Amino acid sequence: MAVVQFIFDGIREMFRGPREYWIWLGALAAIVAFGAWSYSQQLMHGLVVTGMSDQVSWGFYISNFAFLVGIAAAAVLLVIPAYLFDRKDIKDVVLIGEGMAVAAVTMAILFVVADLGRPDRLWHMLPGIGRFNWPVSLLAWDVLVLSIYLLLNLAIPFYILYSQYRGKEPNFRLYFPFVVVAMFWAISIHTVTAFLFSANPARPFWHTSLLGPRFIASAFASGPALIIITLQVIRKVTSYNISQSVIDTLALIMTTALQISLFFVGVELFTDFYNEGAHAASMHYLFFGLGGFASLRSWIWLALVLNVIAVVILMIHPLRRKTRLLNIACVLAFIGIWIEKGMGLVIPGFIPTPLGEIFEYTPTSVELGVAAGIWAFGILVFTLLAKAVIAIKQGKISRAPKGVSYTL
Amino acid sequence: MSKNGSSGDNGGNFDKARRNFLRTVGMGAAATAAQPAWGGETFQDAFADFFQKDYRRMSAEEIEAALERIERRAKRRYDVDINCENTPPQEGVVFGYAINISRCKGYRDCVHACVKENNLGRDSQVQYIRVLQMDQGDFNLEHSDHYYDPETVPVEGKHYLPVQCMQCDDPPCVKACPVEATWMEPDGIVVVDYDWCIGCRYCMAACPYWARHFNWTDPEIPAEEMNTNTHYLGNRPRPRGVVEKCHFCIHRTRKGQQPACMEACPTGSRIFGNLLDPDSEIRYVLANKQVFRLKEDLGTEPKFWYFSD
Repeated sequence: MAVVQFIFDGIREMFRGPREYWIWLGALAAIVAFGAWSYSQQLMHGLVVTGMSDQVSWGFYISNFAFLVGIAAAAVLLVIPAYLFDRKDIKDVVLIGEGMAVAAVTMAILFVVADLGRPDRLWHMLPGIGRFNWPVSLLAWDVLVLSIYLLLNLAIPFYILYSQYRGKEPNFRLYFPFVVVAMFWAISIHTVTAFLFSANPARPFWHTSLLGPRFIASAFASGPALIIITLQVIRKVTSYNISQSVIDTLALIMTTALQISLFFVGVELFTDFYNEGAHAASMHYLFFGLGGFASLRSWIWLALVLNVIAVVILMIHPLRRKTRLLNIACVLAFIGIWIEKGMGLVIPGFIPTPLGEIFEYTPTSVELGVAAGIWAFGILVFTLLAKAVIAIKQGKISRAPKGVSYTL
Repeated sequence: MSKNGSSGDNGGNFDKARRNFLRTVGMGAAATAAQPAWGGETFQDAFADFFQKDYRRMSAEEIEAALERIERRAKRRYDVDINCENTPPQEGVVFGYAINISRCKGYRDCVHACVKENNLGRDSQVQYIRVLQMDQGDFNLEHSDHYYDPETVPVEGKHYLPVQCMQCDDPPCVKACPVEATWMEPDGIVVVDYDWCIGCRYCMAACPYWARHFNWTDPEIPAEEMNTNTHYLGNRPRPRGVVEKCHFCIHRTRKGQQPACMEACPTGSRIFGNLLDPDSEIRYVLANKQVFRLKEDLGTEPKFWYFSD
């Protein structure tokens, strides 16, 4: 029954902390409650309370979903150096990264569920009693890879922490195969999510083989941006020791990824605008507007400016090494990619419609409320997981014999 | 032709006596066993609706029970006695459609007939057919006017293009659906099981013809305008939160009638028929007219052609 004790101790640690910690949890819970109330409006009246339409049939929910799958995938950037290159400094934070992956996948799944017209019929997907259109439907693929990724990111840290809790060295040969699977799986979740869009010749804006690489590149910029900020917050509010070398490595990865990501954007712009065919219509709508409609224009230019400022800070070594500037770059890149890969990717795919109609989309307050609730829920999940992880890593909760301590 | 098709094991052809017997028993049980609860629905119905299997896996009896529930639901919601059937596809029939675009004058009689025939939501203004108005000499859909509303049509210097579900033979919407709630029947019609659809709308993103529509809210249909002759896979009243589309008037065409849009067309632009019958009018058109299909380059193999005189 050591496992039960372990889970019990872990959960108790999650809900133990100073006043500030409780205020933080309470604030998040309040936003979650507001999101739940917004969602109840949607359940009561139907998706008519959103800004979506037959013309723009996916909106803010699926935009956030696409972005968050990228954040989840980025955990691999800690997993690879920690387990494959045996970087001790990164091993100290890899479990926090995996906790972030768990939170991000949870949010991604919640965004898809929030988007469903009939959430009561989710069981139709279950194998056996339902019908699961695998391997033909890319959405079926996405459900599959995300669920398994969630399990992997729960199972591996669980095993490692449980070992440490009992004062035992985790069996490397037992968990390493799963770590290898998780590495490939991280790439797969975001590739499959890109394929979900690019598999549609009906939507020329998405129907490009560059979409997969673009997704990976932008994820490897936005993911580290979030991790860098998060690690600094943890360093500030806890006594957990996080080496500066971790942040330096992540900053370097982010620099490269953001450069590649911006290069890809340029490649797309060139291909679409050099010979401006019908396929460029969505791109034209996004960047310049179409037929007098241009609700995304200022957003996408803002995203571009944010990303360019971020990449300039990152590329110049003396600037990147200043923590303050690095943090600014992280925030800018995170917001920039959130706009670019979220609303900037999903919405223009629907404008104009396949029959050439231009019909715009603006999220309603219900959608914003539900989205805020889901984000708060994800942050709450991460906070609780990180709290327990750090306590166990620091040996604060343990059933180990006295005097035993391990590095992993 | 129907490589994705499957009629399943339901068969569905019941004689009237058995049908009426089942109906009497069903109604009797519902009337005696339960008082309204569950939002006006009996607990038995709500329970059976929730656990209803998908159309292609239901037994003949289960389909019968589902049809009864659909009829009771319509009575409750709209206070109309509808008849919901499950007419199976005919052997040796694959439906196809052709439109003579030099005859179409943009009257939209097809659109309005379709709305009535198929019990489309009036408030939501769902329309399966969209008639595009374009300048003579221009065939770019992005230049088309979807909401033309002149005093009289045809307008000088304009031409008209009606678009609806193309009943693709390699339908991207069917591939997209994660729960197999949409498929192609053996007679070539792409249908939706409204009781199985989870409302993810991936099919809508996948369709190159903008043929799929979503019930963002409960469809409003005036009781006196309800078409009571309905089909499970066709024009029965739809629930909220699911996708629907043109089904070639499956409740009519499987009985040898014309689709409502064709019957309503005042110019005789519309030609519907069995692609497997060499003597059919549609086969004549395909053999003797210069035909083309919309977005043929996408490889979806529409069973919907356009031609001109």
